[in-house]
Amino acid sequence: MRYISEFRDPALARTLATAIQKEAQPVRSYHFMEFCGGHTHAIFRYGVQDLMPPNVRFVHGPGCPVCVLPVRRLDDAVELAEKHGVILCTYGDMMRVPGTGRRSLIRAKADGADIRMVYSTLDALHIARDNPGRQVVFFAIGFETTTPPTAVAIKLAQAEGLRNFSVFCNHVLTPAAIGHILDAPEFAPGGTGRIDGFLGPSHVSAVIGSQPYEAAAQKYQKPVVIAGFEPLDVMQSVLMLIRQVNAGRAEVENQYTRIVTRHGNRKAQALVAEVLEMRDSFEWRGLGEVPHSALRIRDSFADFDAETRFTITNKLSREVKSCECPAILRGVRKPTECKLFGTVCTPDNPMGACMVSSEGACAAYWSYGRQRSPQDAA
Amino acid sequence: MCLAIPAKVLSVEPDDMALVSVENVKKRISTALLDGVKPGDYVLVHVGYALHQLSEEEAARTLSLMAEAGVLQEELAEIRGDA
Repeated sequence: MRYISEFRDPALARTLATAIQKEAQPVRSYHFMEFCGGHTHAIFRYGVQDLMPPNVRFVHGPGCPVCVLPVRRLDDAVELAEKHGVILCTYGDMMRVPGTGRRSLIRAKADGADIRMVYSTLDALHIARDNPGRQVVFFAIGFETTTPPTAVAIKLAQAEGLRNFSVFCNHVLTPAAIGHILDAPEFAPGGTGRIDGFLGPSHVSAVIGSQPYEAAAQKYQKPVVIAGFEPLDVMQSVLMLIRQVNAGRAEVENQYTRIVTRHGNRKAQALVAEVLEMRDSFEWRGLGEVPHSALRIRDSFADFDAETRFTITNKLSREVKSCECPAILRGVRKPTECKLFGTVCTPDNPMGACMVSSEGACAAYWSYGRQRSPQDAA
Repeated sequence: MCLAIPAKVLSVEPDDMALVSVENVKKRISTALLDGVKPGDYVLVHVGYALHQLSEEEAARTLSLMAEAGVLQEELAEIRGDA
């Protein structure tokens, strides 16, 4: 534990808290969206909100990959497993997310579908090699951090001629979502919500770099600070955002220089660009259709695209009634404002994705924020 | 799924693979996303792939924080495959 002290150092935390108190002007209020669910959890776990003056508030963003996957795509995955008889490989986080009629992958599995939790795309490739007589589909979800491993798996499958492997691709892009949130009527001038700046995601930015946020920062005149996950990282990033707001600046700054550079991991970016391409539009839970916000498999790799290989039917997909996940993901409602929260909907019996995933805002409120009033938990 | 965990590279293997160790748990991972990984390096591992190189100090600090936040055991269970 010898390195932990400096990132949890109470004296350093106090110094930062004092600086924030001093520089946050009482005549203003500061509403900062932490895009990433990892930051939401750090803010709650370490009580960062309690160290902020009352006019500095966090708005929770949609940066939880399990949460933003629209229910229709989950229903499609269930269909692949049940109707097409494939071995469906998925990251564990997806298993308990309820689809239409509260049907989840774990229920489909209990009813006999061959659904397997994997840690890595490498495990899905193994399963395909071990089952040459079966079709194996990897259910690919996630932001830019999780995308390069999917691209590598598709390339490996092609190189090996692994004809029974394909990918159901649902990868989404962070910068597009930031722009889309700021276009929403809630956050337009005169709207009910407010965002004065963003804490940018850390590991996503390790891959894509800080540069892709520059367009949105400039267009919407909102500062972005790429922030590490440690509590003092978050506090320092808040101070950097306050300074930008006070000075009327809207730049992309990088607090997490230990890992993130302006250009990111170019090798990973090149692999992604070789295998995947931009979709015109993609649906996000809560945000609706977002232009240029997701990736599909390129035609040159179409043999490995589950959407080409299998005919997936059009169906009517529905969220669980009364679940406020969509509004929570837009940052316009808090989990405690959902009438299912903590009563019908708990981590043991989740009604919505935001309660299932450990990165979800509802799970964070459940774990750390239940004893607070809605205002305090803001 | 979103977390990345620091690991020490024990040996480099053919086809962009490497054997790494996290808290004495050994795991075979891909290094296809990085150039020039060598034994003794520390890498940030996400869903079985090394995403980034990092210093020993940063690796130790991140592991300590993960342990303290109670997420280290979860991640190790996932890596071991018994999650």
